Amino acid sequence: MNVLLQSIATLGAWVRTNLISLGKFARFFFLVLSRCQVLWQRPRLTVAQIHFIGNYSLVIIAVSGLFVGFVLGLQGYYTLTRYGSEEALGLLVALSLVRELGPVVTALLFAGRAGTSLTAEIGLMKAGEQLAAMEVMAVDPVKRVLAPRFLGGFFSMPILAAVFSMVGIIGGWIVGVVLIGVDEGAFWSQMQDGVDVLDDVLNGVIKSIVFGIVVTLIALYQGWQCRPTPEGVSRATTRTVVAGSLAVLGLDFILTALMFG
Amino acid sequence: MDSSQTTARAPVLLFQDVNLGYGDFTVLSNISLAASPGEVVAIMGGSGSGKTTLLRAATGQLRPFSGKLQLFGQNVEHFTAAQWQPLRQRIGVLFQHGALFTDLNVFENVAFPLREHTRLSEPEINKKVLDTLEAVGLRAAAHLRLSEVSGGMARRIALARAVIRSPELVLYDEPFAGLDPISMGITARLIRRLSDQLGCASVLITHDVNETFAIADRVYIVGQGQLKASGTPAELKATTDPYVEQFLNGLPDGPVAFDYPVTPAFERWARGRGISP
Repeated sequence: MNVLLQSIATLGAWVRTNLISLGKFARFFFLVLSRCQVLWQRPRLTVAQIHFIGNYSLVIIAVSGLFVGFVLGLQGYYTLTRYGSEEALGLLVALSLVRELGPVVTALLFAGRAGTSLTAEIGLMKAGEQLAAMEVMAVDPVKRVLAPRFLGGFFSMPILAAVFSMVGIIGGWIVGVVLIGVDEGAFWSQMQDGVDVLDDVLNGVIKSIVFGIVVTLIALYQGWQCRPTPEGVSRATTRTVVAGSLAVLGLDFILTALMFG
Repeated sequence: MDSSQTTARAPVLLFQDVNLGYGDFTVLSNISLAASPGEVVAIMGGSGSGKTTLLRAATGQLRPFSGKLQLFGQNVEHFTAAQWQPLRQRIGVLFQHGALFTDLNVFENVAFPLREHTRLSEPEINKKVLDTLEAVGLRAAAHLRLSEVSGGMARRIALARAVIRSPELVLYDEPFAGLDPISMGITARLIRRLSDQLGCASVLITHDVNETFAIADRVYIVGQGQLKASGTPAELKATTDPYVEQFLNGLPDGPVAFDYPVTPAFERWARGRGISP
């Protein structure tokens, strides 16, 4: 009986802790959202973050996109050849990238590259009393530090996902058309006919925007909430990758079911 | 400076019977002190005596448990963050560890308050920042990254940032810590000069007796959770209070406690481990 009660108490405590965390996260989201007027008040701050978050993630996104495109081209060709429909390779590569792999893989890479850097930056600012110093100088750290970074992630993510998909398609073309010899006309024309701007491209963009918001917010939240010690910052950075990646994969399933179901 | 002239003016910072602490632990009880325009006030005490807690209360980072806390003539004990904003713009703070922005260089760190709160043109910012850096002897270090400056230089940069907007009240948390004797003397004179020239009230949180007594108009000594003594440096030097004597002369034996006091949090922790507190 005691064991049963203990288990129920543990479960209750776990649910309560997670609900409180979720509530705090939601409050944090609205706090950041309420400071987003910084976008038109001081656009340079956001532009600097787009450069930092977006531009510096460009190489890893582009290289990853290229290799994913290579693999898609190769695997797609092997599978389609079995059914004699290798001309559909362009369509397969494009749909896979635009609908799923572009937004999802970009978001996972984004969590690893930009997310960790955001968490560490905010965490170290907290540990170095820089955020407290801003507050005492009558500078709102949410508006000055968090909101521009949130907006930077929000704007960068769909652009990075588009770059990933574009480079991936080029990768698929290199393998399928240049190396294997699939008909180039079929490759591009099937893609043109089969990819719908609203159903496929727009849904992919919506996904990448949602992932951008979630991953950036998780990264900022972890940095903001972390213990101001080296260990605290290190744990927060790890949590950013774990929570960010799981959130992306979970949300991808929900969004896919809603969009393409 | 004639202290009777400065203390006659209305204080910009006033603590009256203030109790301060964290959670259920009271750090300081019944603290009363005042700082008026043009006055240099020092708050002294041993490590862990609660000096920085006073500074946190004066900047709105810590709400007093009870008592009256006045800033620029306004009672601020129950002020919200939004209400603190205009008051904070009139305060300059030198943080204990500098709290400089590590992604900005020396120039941009000092320029930060100007960029955030003023609409000065770039040439005006250049002039003001370089003039202030010159006052702390770091004009030629304006281009350096923070990773390229020493600890002592970082404190001087933080000092320049604290005073760049000519605030009405400047709070210095350990301004002499980590400075070599030359920098220490220059910094002390700079604090005195700023108070005299700008007419700002300066509050120093420190335990450096010599430099502080050379420039302070009034000194408060805190210890054992309360205000132990106050007066001009001359009055304190002449006192026979054993606590003040021990502190000022750095004597090993006396009423100044070396041990950290037992708190309810420690008692809970000890009981949890089966240890007698």
